[in-house]
Amino acid sequence: MAGNIVGILFDGLAYGSLLFLVGVGLSITMGLMNFINLAHGSFAMIGGYASVYLANRAGIPFLATLPLAFVAAGLCGIIAERLFFQRLYKAPHLDQMLFTVGFVFSSIAAAHYFFGASQQFVAMPDMLQGQVRFMGVDFGKYRLLLIAFVAAVTLALHLMLSKTRFGAEIRAAVDNQDAAAGLGINVNLVFALCFALGTGLAGLGGALGVEVLGLDPTFPLKYMVYFLLVVVVGGAGSIKGPLIAALLLGVFDVAGKYFVPEIGAFIIYVMMIVLLIAFPSGLGGKRA
Amino acid sequence: MTIRFQAVQRLASPRPRLAEIIFWLLPAAIYFLLPYDRMLVLSLMAYAIAVLGLDLVLGYAGIVSLGHAAFFGIGAYTAGLLSVHGWREPLSGLLIAGALTLAVGYLTSFLVVRGKDLTRLMVTLGICLVTYELANRMSGVTGGMDGLSGIEMAPLFGTFEFDFFGNTAYWYAYAVLVIVFVALKFFASSPLGLSLRAIREGVDRMPALGASVNNRLRVAFTLSAGIAGIAGGLMAQTTQFVGVDSLSVTRSAEFLVMLVLGGTGRLYGAVIGTAVFVVAHEFLNDVDPVYWEFWMGVLLMAVVFFLRGGLTGGASDLLRFIASKGLPALRKREPAE
Amino acid sequence: MIKRRYFLGAALAATALTAGLPAFAAGDTVKVGVVLSLSGPFSIYGTQMQNGIDLFMKQHGDEVAGKKIELIVKDDGGIAPDRARRAVQDLLVRDHVDVLAGFTFTASAMASAPLAEKTKTAMIVMNASSSHITEANPYMIRVGQTLPQITEPAGRYAAEQGYKNVYTLVADITAGHDAETAFIRGMTTNGGTVSGSLRVPAQNPDFAPFIQRIKDAKPDAVFVWLPPGEATINFIKEFDQRGLKEAGITMLGTGDLTDELTIRQTGDAGLGVVTTGHYSMAHDSDLNREFVEAYLADYPDDPWPNFLSVSAYDGMAALYYALEKTGGDASGPAIVEALKGATIESPRGPITIDPENRDIVQTIYVRKVEAVDGQLSNVEFFEFPESRDMTP
Repeated sequence: MAGNIVGILFDGLAYGSLLFLVGVGLSITMGLMNFINLAHGSFAMIGGYASVYLANRAGIPFLATLPLAFVAAGLCGIIAERLFFQRLYKAPHLDQMLFTVGFVFSSIAAAHYFFGASQQFVAMPDMLQGQVRFMGVDFGKYRLLLIAFVAAVTLALHLMLSKTRFGAEIRAAVDNQDAAAGLGINVNLVFALCFALGTGLAGLGGALGVEVLGLDPTFPLKYMVYFLLVVVVGGAGSIKGPLIAALLLGVFDVAGKYFVPEIGAFIIYVMMIVLLIAFPSGLGGKRA
Repeated sequence: MTIRFQAVQRLASPRPRLAEIIFWLLPAAIYFLLPYDRMLVLSLMAYAIAVLGLDLVLGYAGIVSLGHAAFFGIGAYTAGLLSVHGWREPLSGLLIAGALTLAVGYLTSFLVVRGKDLTRLMVTLGICLVTYELANRMSGVTGGMDGLSGIEMAPLFGTFEFDFFGNTAYWYAYAVLVIVFVALKFFASSPLGLSLRAIREGVDRMPALGASVNNRLRVAFTLSAGIAGIAGGLMAQTTQFVGVDSLSVTRSAEFLVMLVLGGTGRLYGAVIGTAVFVVAHEFLNDVDPVYWEFWMGVLLMAVVFFLRGGLTGGASDLLRFIASKGLPALRKREPAE
Repeated sequence: MIKRRYFLGAALAATALTAGLPAFAAGDTVKVGVVLSLSGPFSIYGTQMQNGIDLFMKQHGDEVAGKKIELIVKDDGGIAPDRARRAVQDLLVRDHVDVLAGFTFTASAMASAPLAEKTKTAMIVMNASSSHITEANPYMIRVGQTLPQITEPAGRYAAEQGYKNVYTLVADITAGHDAETAFIRGMTTNGGTVSGSLRVPAQNPDFAPFIQRIKDAKPDAVFVWLPPGEATINFIKEFDQRGLKEAGITMLGTGDLTDELTIRQTGDAGLGVVTTGHYSMAHDSDLNREFVEAYLADYPDDPWPNFLSVSAYDGMAALYYALEKTGGDASGPAIVEALKGATIESPRGPITIDPENRDIVQTIYVRKVEAVDGQLSNVEFFEFPESRDMTP
């Protein structure tokens, strides 16, 4: 029984980790830049397809495709930002929503055109398959990788935002654009890089998600709820909030499905509503 | 300032102008001139009612809801189930559907008014997801994924049969749409409607004027849910079928897109946005059944880039530009660099 | 593909419309209105079916019994009954089609059934799989499969294998409930019992907790029904990753669980899954080899002719068969009469239209996923001939 509980906790943390990885980039674009980006999933999808194609066609090992997926999605992000999104930073939120929904529609059709409608899969190395047994409990190897990635991404983001000059510039530009510009910060560049970071993380999450979530052209719509869930419950703009939210939702979802499968479908939604009513601006929200 | 004042004044006047009369003659014209498109316009009108409901809560009260399909669906299942179980009279069925949805709307309104935009968006989304799962679960009652079939309606007023070509259904839906629209128009100019606008413009000042913000928002949300329920009921009665997709988040999102596309807070925006979305969807799908979404996306993005405030917002900018024959009016709305 | 024509001066047509039911296009063409899901989350289904239809017409020409067959294809965008219904209304009223075909989902078929009944138009249902749908309309003929029809043999097989401890796991939607019932019926009527049943949310990215539950219950076999697509792929993978296969638990399912497209994507995780279904790309017959070869030649980018393609292919075969028999009369009653009791040799084996309820009767095969020439395929090793839907 104790082994059971440890196992479930582990699975929940791993599931939460995946939720965090696909959602954290949105916390940056939506929270820090105050841009309602419903097209987050489109960039995650780009990362996913990049990883699948590099691994299956070009024969690059799966782990090596992950940074490339980050770069590919980030690059597409920066291009889209310069072409479109930057013009909408000051537009009403509803316009941003409409625009990004349109972007999602177009990206679905484009992905269908280029990659076909079928589910994609990625060749996993043997070392990431199956489970390892430790103290009588089985741990999925791929799930261990997900948890490791969350630790690494969280640490890297934290260090970058709080310790580097770029992090300081982001914070300054987000707080007050005019003042930041007056201090000689290239606000345009900072925002573009910030957007690239958010979409790059989306791409990384998308690539890591192929194995668990699958990947087909409807990906951006299908999982939109999950991205939003993590970021809004966690509080847009923070890293810690979405992390806590994702892990909490993951653990409760998995435990609920294991112990009371009859209501498994409702747990995550009901928890979302309850958490939002208890913390209207999110668990770690800076701005309401 | 004067422009805004005029806008409020115009909004506050329920008396129709010539353009409006012409607008409302369009469905009749379509009926006679484009008989093959009746079914399309019929479902368009049902959707337009739901989007009008959404406009009440988003355009007037400023609550972003991604949950209106829940109410649309509850209304549809209510009207559908009534008919399947023998209650075939359309008008009373529609009213019961509206009343029940109103009640559900009231109960959920307590959850919704807390928090800000994003929180509300997610709470309403949650309501929609839970309702969808429930309908799926209770497949014995709702028919689940297979849908609820076997809906048959008694003749309207005991005389007009619901025929194969949807003639009766067309005029029925048209009448309901006009009634809902006029009612909303009066509501918008009522003290409650005006106070909702004021809340939207600046929530902080309203309590100082002695208005309970949350109560008013709840009223708006409840009414809006009821209207969506009527729309759903109408859909069920006129298509004789309810699918579980009528409760889906996708449907909710479509409503929101239609409204924002048309322009919020104008009522006409809701109707025009729905019309453009539905017709564009149909047209693009006909031309290119596989990749139509691409062009739909381009259309939505183009509207945001070239017409701020949706189609009606963009149109009124244009009119104002022509009226003033000067650039400043337009420039003010251009994206700030 | 024929695009819709936009009539402007349609006042005349309007009077014709209100005067009565649409007059069918007389003359030398038979217009077939096809409703498929070509966009949205299930676009792959629509594509498979479209390929099957096109392949049949390429092989057999577009002329039968002196009539030219003209297709008018419409997309319903997935499980969207109101769109399907509108498409059918359009096809009947505007395009004056003589026959309706396609219908990927039950909801679409059910929403359209009353319209086709009023115009007495034959409706050839190529995939919608819920029980009893042909009762909705006397002109409906099903050529695909019904879910209970392909599920019950799985229960019979499990009972005959002597499995003592069997679990079921199904998606908590109508189809899942039906599959669960049919499987249990198949087991109990053959002396078996089911130890436990689990219903899981259909929209579910992570199956880990459910699979863990099954692992902890240590059954001999588990019967699975999930919506085909990422759910089935994820489930099969996770089942393998969690070592249930190693633990000797057999995964049972219906043909759609290990559809040709799915097992390409699960990789070796799919090996050993036992399913019951009506079509396998590896079916051993000359007709099938010919079909597969022609399909692969035409669609090298979608190299997985599956049950959807073959059902659509057979739907056209049934139509051609009926038109031959009626001498080109495409009216609903004539087509239905011609097809009642008809037996057609299909790539999947012989299929018969039950004269009682116009539903399909066919052989259901028990298959196991094995690697053949380096590619996973569903290898048939047992069959239940003349299976029909036994839902009461």
